[in-house]
Amino acid sequence: MDVTIKILRYNPEVSEDATWESYQVTAEPTDRVLDALHKVKWDLDGSLTFRRSCAHGVCGSDAMRINGKNRLACKTLIKDVNPSKPITVEPIKGLPVLKDLVVDMEPFFDAYRSVMPFLVTTGNEPTRERLQSQADRDRFDDTTKCILCAACTTSCPVYWTDGQYFGPQAIVGAHRFIFDSRDEGTDQRLEILNDKEGVWRCRTTFNCTEACPRGIEVTKAIQEVKRALIFRR
Amino acid sequence: MWSWVAHRITGVTIFFFLFAHVIDTAMVRVSPEAYNTAVETYKTPVVGVMEVGLVAAVLFHALNGIRIVLVDFWGNGPRYQRQLTYGVIGVFVVLFVPFVWRHLTNVFGG
Repeated sequence: MDVTIKILRYNPEVSEDATWESYQVTAEPTDRVLDALHKVKWDLDGSLTFRRSCAHGVCGSDAMRINGKNRLACKTLIKDVNPSKPITVEPIKGLPVLKDLVVDMEPFFDAYRSVMPFLVTTGNEPTRERLQSQADRDRFDDTTKCILCAACTTSCPVYWTDGQYFGPQAIVGAHRFIFDSRDEGTDQRLEILNDKEGVWRCRTTFNCTEACPRGIEVTKAIQEVKRALIFRR
Repeated sequence: MWSWVAHRITGVTIFFFLFAHVIDTAMVRVSPEAYNTAVETYKTPVVGVMEVGLVAAVLFHALNGIRIVLVDFWGNGPRYQRQLTYGVIGVFVVLFVPFVWRHLTNVFGG
């Protein structure tokens, strides 16, 4: 079938303004949007720039705004985004666009780094694994699925307008360790997120939960951190 | 997201109503005549129709406020937020439609 892909192009070396360009490609309904983007880049216009690495929904590098919703281009089938109309593809919002669909991810990674997304322990290291019951492991299972694609953070209206907000992903990253029974950095992480730009900025719009390509209940994780802060003592 | 947007809009609307309401009520101490004129204006059909909007705003804000409390403090609230939104819309319709019928027959029926 013939599909029209409408892409928001931006090249700061040519023009300060982003412009919409339409491309006609032939694609199967079961092809992915990423396949259509490849056809544009390989056959029609080699200057089109976007990130993708694994192309199978694992690396999280091709998050983009497709038909107004944040998705992974490699996990979105053409037939699911109404191919009878032009399919719009834009860079994710709230991060500086570098070129076409490529954004500067550094502010996003900075927020992630600031919540200490690593195991914090004290005392001597054990000579074997740090064991954990199945129930303790299940407590934070949902937030271990995160692939840092930024689909949640860049779907958040609070993040769009408030550049200081940690964003949903950083809170998911903190949640993964806060509720891990082996970790001892919980108080530090909760203190970081108790900041006025921390979890309290969340207004529960649920955009992040709907955007997550891994099906993480992001807003639920944020609410759990809020409740941990309220009831911790 | 749209329930969040509507919550902000109805909140600001109610704030401006309360602002006007405090002024008109306060006038009873400053000038009872001016108070009477203001209250007479409120009895006109135009204000009657605006009151429908006010009740819609208060009703939505109150019901969605309960939804937000549940999302914040009920463990399963975030999981069922969509169903809660449909609940808010359902209760809104059940309360609002009879009100509009009763209120507008009063306003225009005399």
